[in-house]
Amino acid sequence: MVTDLLFYLFSAITVMAAVGVVTSRNQVHSVLFLILAFFNTAALFILLQAELLAALLVIVYMGAVAVLFLFVVMMLDVSFEELRKGMIQHLPLGIFVGVVILAELVVIFSGIHTPHAAGAAAAGISNSQLIGQVMFTQYLLPFEIASFILLVALIGAVVLTHRRRKGVKRQNISEQLARTREQSVALVKVASGQGAQQ
Amino acid sequence: MSLSHFLYLSAILFTLGIFGIFLNRRNMIIILMSIELILLAVNINFVAFSHYMGDVTGQIFTFFVLAVAAAEAAIGLAILVAFFRNRSTIDVEEIDTLKG
Repeated sequence: MVTDLLFYLFSAITVMAAVGVVTSRNQVHSVLFLILAFFNTAALFILLQAELLAALLVIVYMGAVAVLFLFVVMMLDVSFEELRKGMIQHLPLGIFVGVVILAELVVIFSGIHTPHAAGAAAAGISNSQLIGQVMFTQYLLPFEIASFILLVALIGAVVLTHRRRKGVKRQNISEQLARTREQSVALVKVASGQGAQQ
Repeated sequence: MSLSHFLYLSAILFTLGIFGIFLNRRNMIIILMSIELILLAVNINFVAFSHYMGDVTGQIFTFFVLAVAAAEAAIGLAILVAFFRNRSTIDVEEIDTLKG
């Protein structure tokens, strides 16, 4: 009973936040609504006894992805009002496609009967233990591939946004190491009262 | 609270994501955020089925969706920043140089 109420509370907030993401006037508000939606989904995951995923959603999505969005929104100096022009024009098509997709999904989902197995966890094993046991045995190769995808994304993001600026003095280590004594020091006889000359 | 409750919730979230793409056709940042919403709906589906079928595999797949979504957001935003540097706009309708 209590879990029912909690489910309706969290899902209502999630749906409202999702509406806020797509309709809000201010980009920063959109990102904050996205964070709210993620947080409430994490609460729903806890209702589904997926504690590890709830924690990961908070850490990875809210802590990393949403903050990344926030940084980009604040870094770009764009007039967002300009981008919202033509929004009314797209509204009817959007509503039409949305209603069609929602109707199709509801028709499909209404045909699914609910199995009543409660919880994936076997007795005495926590959710994260269970996930670890399956992930590092049966799904080890996909796990490694996922790490490789993240590595590619890391390097790709750096390569895409890196830019060489002109007029900046950089340290060239190989040039530094290749310097010889003849290039850098000279013994000069200085006549008294005249100072050193090149 | 049954499986179909979660399925309907994820259907609503998925639809809102699609609707957001249609509504903000010109703003690339909102489009990326709508894609995140769609992936969130998929994750809810995976976890709900995992819970009600008593099989932990759905949660494993949610991990992979999370990893791919993080990579996609990072690369997408990097492309966005690089594009903004060159053209000083993020209007999707302006991104048509490859059309010829």
